[in-house]
Amino acid sequence: MSGVTAKIRWYVRELTGESAYDRYVERERAAGHQPLSRREFEIRRMKARESDPRQGFRCC
Amino acid sequence: MALIGAAGWTVLALARGEHVSAAWMLAAALGSYAIGYRFYARFIATRVLRVDATRATPAERLDNGVDYHPTDRRVLLGHHFAAIAGAGPLVGPVLAAQMGYLPGTIWIIAGVVFAGGVQDMVTLFFSVRRNGRSLGQMARDEIGPFGGAAALVAVFAIMIILLAVLGLVVVNALAGSPWGTFSIGMTIPIALLMGGYLRWLRPGRISEVSLIGIALLILAILGGHWVADSSWAATFTLSPKALTAWMVGYGFVASILPVWTLLAPRDYLSTFMKIGTVALLAVGVLIALPDLKMQAITHFASRGDGPVFAGSLFPFVFITIACGALSGFHALISSGTTPKMIQKETQVRMIGYGAMLMESFVGIMALLAASVLDPGLYLAMNAPAGVIGKTVATASHAVANLGYTITPGQLAAAAHAVQEKTLLSRTGGAPTLAIGLSTILAKAFGGASMKAFWYHFAIMFEALFILTALDAGTRVGRFMLQDTLGNVIKPFKRVSWWPGLVLCSAVVVALWGWFLWSGVKDPLGGVNQLFPLFGIANQLLAAVALAVCTVLLVKSGRLKWAWVTGVPLVWDAAVTLTASWQKVFSGDKKLGFFAQRSTYQDAIAHGKVLAPAKSMGDMHTVVTNSTVDGVLSAVFAVLIVIVLADAARVCVAAVRRPEAHRPQETPYVESRYVAPAGLVATRAERAELAEAGLTSEGGQRRRE
Repeated sequence: MSGVTAKIRWYVRELTGESAYDRYVERERAAGHQPLSRREFEIRRMKARESDPRQGFRCC
Repeated sequence: MALIGAAGWTVLALARGEHVSAAWMLAAALGSYAIGYRFYARFIATRVLRVDATRATPAERLDNGVDYHPTDRRVLLGHHFAAIAGAGPLVGPVLAAQMGYLPGTIWIIAGVVFAGGVQDMVTLFFSVRRNGRSLGQMARDEIGPFGGAAALVAVFAIMIILLAVLGLVVVNALAGSPWGTFSIGMTIPIALLMGGYLRWLRPGRISEVSLIGIALLILAILGGHWVADSSWAATFTLSPKALTAWMVGYGFVASILPVWTLLAPRDYLSTFMKIGTVALLAVGVLIALPDLKMQAITHFASRGDGPVFAGSLFPFVFITIACGALSGFHALISSGTTPKMIQKETQVRMIGYGAMLMESFVGIMALLAASVLDPGLYLAMNAPAGVIGKTVATASHAVANLGYTITPGQLAAAAHAVQEKTLLSRTGGAPTLAIGLSTILAKAFGGASMKAFWYHFAIMFEALFILTALDAGTRVGRFMLQDTLGNVIKPFKRVSWWPGLVLCSAVVVALWGWFLWSGVKDPLGGVNQLFPLFGIANQLLAAVALAVCTVLLVKSGRLKWAWVTGVPLVWDAAVTLTASWQKVFSGDKKLGFFAQRSTYQDAIAHGKVLAPAKSMGDMHTVVTNSTVDGVLSAVFAVLIVIVLADAARVCVAAVRRPEAHRPQETPYVESRYVAPAGLVATRAERAELAEAGLTSEGGQRRRE
């Protein structure tokens, strides 16, 4: 059962983009950079979304 | 599978007299989807497109962890589906049910298998081969500046009409309904709360805050019941005009607020609600297996005098049902976001074609929900007030004149069952869908006492993502406007330049607001005037997408396969041009905008007021609306002809001198990625994954 719950959790985190930060941290560390804090990272993501509304656009 | 599909079709086609079970409709749909996906989509992927598993996708080559990054195929399918499926596949089929369930069912299923799924998949494939270039850019690169400009104008026009139509759907669903208005109104503070939580309390914890949001939404629906019975009811009982003013104001403010305050949190909520409700409805239909009460084909199909929308079966069923069968809008999602995230070229079938099949299934369920209603009730809800009148008695009489029966008592009881004052002329599809959905869900879960809850749940579900679409659509329209104006006045290019942002937002909101306002005021009924226009615009965009695909097939030396997108293109052009021709030139004042205009203009000249108009002001409204709508229909038709002519010119030139017309494609780079093509990995794919040291998610080859 816990396997199924973990899979659902993984799917929801991926679908909502919640896991983006983990991916980012992994990337930055691999490149030897100090990653931004989660708060700063999320603020930056929202700014990016603001600057091009076509990303994440929904259809009719 | 084939047998199930065939049995479903046989029963649907032959059954007459007794009610047909909805199960047959589902069987016909699912059986046909399985065959289409297994054979036709596979044929297109392997033989026509020749997808190449060894070729690296933009996600792999340009991986930056932000917009380009290889995403698990099952997650991307969810993303892509959530992006393409909105209110469209729910509204169109409900309106098309006026012609009976059979024409709509045939078009939704055949349309998706041969046109819609093909368009989405082929556009996705070509965009993947071009680093995720957008439809507009591909039209400009491959057809020419005319094709590119036509695509741009089409996208902008369709956006405006779409937002107005969606707004009208919400206005008609909420007018005079304190329960609905309160619960939808509450989504604003809920979204603000979620936005603040993500910003200040726990940044990035999206699933957590979405759970809180959904719980609050359910409370808001329950609270709406209480408000409707309390002294606050009057405060939340709004007229269509008041609601319109609120919506326009909301659209403007929401579109200039930062994304994190309203748009992002609403988007999470509406995505969860969308996927959840669609799944719930599918389960509900399977448990309840209701009978279809609508006829297979009604007399409106041949006579073309239906009250929901005018015109006969061809072309208007194919215009009314766009999303779910063939929707040009999807080409914007298939070229843009999704191609930058796909792991393998081989996955275009599952993501492009597969997600479109899922949307088609949503369309089938919407048609089914409308068809389980008594046809008399369906007509009383969907015919404009000008036809139906204001009381249950006049409505019952009008329905009898249309050839169906429903007693005033039955009409009153239907409204009472969902705790609404009236269900008459609740046009726009949402309330009809909500009644159908509440009938099905109440039968499956909770019984008759839950009917009012499910009705308002359904209204909430639709209004939630329509309001999100108003916000997001206004932003996209504004962005396009800023980009275009920026070519002339430099500061506009900077999207965060405050005066430009406010001005462009105001212009976009004013444009859709004007159509919404005139739709609300129109004595002939807004939905039946505007919806065909929206359908034509959407199919125009599909023509652009299919033309780009056909040109690319020809240019890349696949002339013998050009029919794959060429035939749907010809069909789409025939439908769209016939519809716009009739809308412009028909002498029937119910159908032709200019015939309507001159009838009312003549009456004004003679000082007469024609029913259903009640005053000279109404008469002038009709004249203005029919002029604008008629001109727009003509403009859309001209745009289609330009795109087609330009595409044909490029095709002929490419056939004559292939060497001078090579398509622009990013060069081949070998892929180091391993990932299955379909939802479930085949045995060979599992072996390959194991050999590369990977799980079913796929990823970069770890072992050579």
